[in-house]
Amino acid sequence: MQRALFPALFAAGVTFLLTCLVIGVRLEQEGPNLTVVGADAETWSWIGFAVIVVFLFQLFQQPLSRLKQRLPSPDVTGLLPDHKLRARLRPWLIALVVVGLFVWPFMVSRGAVDLATLTLIYVMLGLGLNIVVGFAGLLDLGYVAFYAVGAYTYALLSEYYGLSFWVCLPIAGLLAATFGCILGFPVLRLRGDYLAIVTLGFGEIIRILLNNWTNVTGGPNGIGGIEKPSLFGLEFSRRASEGGQTFHEFFGISYNSSHKVIFLYLVAVLLVLLTIYVINRIQRMPIGRAWEALREDEIACRSLGLNPTVIKLSAFTMGASFAGFAGCFFAARQGFISPESFTFIESAIILAIVVLGGMGSQLGVILAAIAMTILPELAREFQEYRMLMFGGVMVLMMLWRPQGLLPMKRPHLELKTS
Amino acid sequence: MLRLDNVSTFYGKIQALHNVSLEVNKGEILTLIGANGAGKTTLMMTICGDPRAHGGHIEFDGQQIQQMNTSDIMRMGLAVVPEGRRIFSAMTVEENLFMGSFFQSRGDAEAQLDHVLELFPRLKERFNQRGGTMSGGEQQMLAIGRALMSKPRLLLLDEPSLGLAPIIIQQIFEIIEKLREEGVTIFLVEQNAHQALRIADRGYVLENGRIVMSGSGDALLNDDSVRKAYLGG
Repeated sequence: MQRALFPALFAAGVTFLLTCLVIGVRLEQEGPNLTVVGADAETWSWIGFAVIVVFLFQLFQQPLSRLKQRLPSPDVTGLLPDHKLRARLRPWLIALVVVGLFVWPFMVSRGAVDLATLTLIYVMLGLGLNIVVGFAGLLDLGYVAFYAVGAYTYALLSEYYGLSFWVCLPIAGLLAATFGCILGFPVLRLRGDYLAIVTLGFGEIIRILLNNWTNVTGGPNGIGGIEKPSLFGLEFSRRASEGGQTFHEFFGISYNSSHKVIFLYLVAVLLVLLTIYVINRIQRMPIGRAWEALREDEIACRSLGLNPTVIKLSAFTMGASFAGFAGCFFAARQGFISPESFTFIESAIILAIVVLGGMGSQLGVILAAIAMTILPELAREFQEYRMLMFGGVMVLMMLWRPQGLLPMKRPHLELKTS
Repeated sequence: MLRLDNVSTFYGKIQALHNVSLEVNKGEILTLIGANGAGKTTLMMTICGDPRAHGGHIEFDGQQIQQMNTSDIMRMGLAVVPEGRRIFSAMTVEENLFMGSFFQSRGDAEAQLDHVLELFPRLKERFNQRGGTMSGGEQQMLAIGRALMSKPRLLLLDEPSLGLAPIIIQQIFEIIEKLREEGVTIFLVEQNAHQALRIADRGYVLENGRIVMSGSGDALLNDDSVRKAYLGG
């Protein structure tokens, strides 16, 4: 207890200093001058309360942590039914979820569907980055660059050449993959922190390029009026463009703006399902094994004749292509894009999704993406405390489950039944 | 089968190998002994193409390989068990082994798997266990087994006895002898000179990046200077 006294006093002092500066005093403008205004009595009593809490917590930290150890740690995986039953239930569960995903938007509000679409974009981005960070173990802080490439590919091709969403989708994926490959080449020799810095730089280069190449990309003004995707040529607008036909006219129903929202959502669901399927396949293919082996031990990989250059490049390329698809869809959904949407914070959020979900675990990444997009929305009423709460949740999360929501369970290779 | 001709290797400006020439004949166990820092591992890595040899020639099955990429060299029928085992610890034994046969057809891989499991019954017991959870000896067996999965004609072993108990070392060396009987040529780099020379057909002694002595295993084992320097008098 005595040994804890000094650190406790110190922590309380730091808390007092910080809260005083942040909440205790305020700068207020009176005419041309700034004056320092102290907080009211209630705020001060809250500050005092916080200081006491910090002091007591630090003082009794050891007994508390001992108490915490005695508590059983929550084991989510233990709650699941046993192995065999799970294998039998699995296809049914997947089918149920998929059907649910398709039926659900018709029963809820337009805002909810819109939010779900946004979530699905992040799911796609998270799954894509998961290839690079989770499977291959390459820390990429500039992932948003490929997202931007995808988005601008569609926006520019649509604006200058009038190409439709469905034509641009594969082009966006390919172009983003090309960029992934181009970035991959110089950074192949780098690892860990160095790789992170270079990829961070690449992300910024793309954003600044888009910002300054005004006569093509519109610079900070962005590109607006991007065409929405159509269903086999049927548009979802109130009035058909020249030579086009609208969805509601074709089916003889009255115009409803939520049709468009639901359609976009369904496109997103399809894209996400495709992403999950493709990544699942790849993970079981030799290249997926090679990614994992490379993450574990590069020297061992080389000793087995695997070429690390090719493996890393393939991870970068593959991850980037999914960001390209997501970007293309994002541009179509938003109708307007500007470099503002592709700042570093986006990369950070996507990376947080991957880490929070448990690196390499697909289900974990999906859950994390849902949490990361829906939680801030739910907490909207807390206004400026929103990000604070968000940060707090992240910290708690990392303390509680440091390997992420659902740590990666690798599908085992079974070639032989012995 | 493998011939090194005046090979020199540098780490930056530091020369680690000085004009090393040696030859591995088909079907033999060749051992290379030397003290710490003599350049044993460097020699082995140079054969694998990383670091590249600065001068001289390396010839494997009549083909010059000193300028080839590591990954290409490793697909030529040559396999290496790197120093410190380097198994994939999060993967199961099975997956580790199949990483070794990455470039083999599935049929070949399965046939070879049976063979490897026959050599190392221990691995069969641990088949679905993660590599990292096994003992050092088992990991070493796994590393050798993984290298064998590519059906190599020449196996390079870098200090297979590193950090293992004497009884396990004994087992590993028995397996090495068994491999020779099957026709696999073995190039063994060892600190454990006594054991290595006993099973070797021929041996080389490496000192400060130079080959200082060569001869049959028995001859080296009985040589006074070798005894003094590596076998403890």
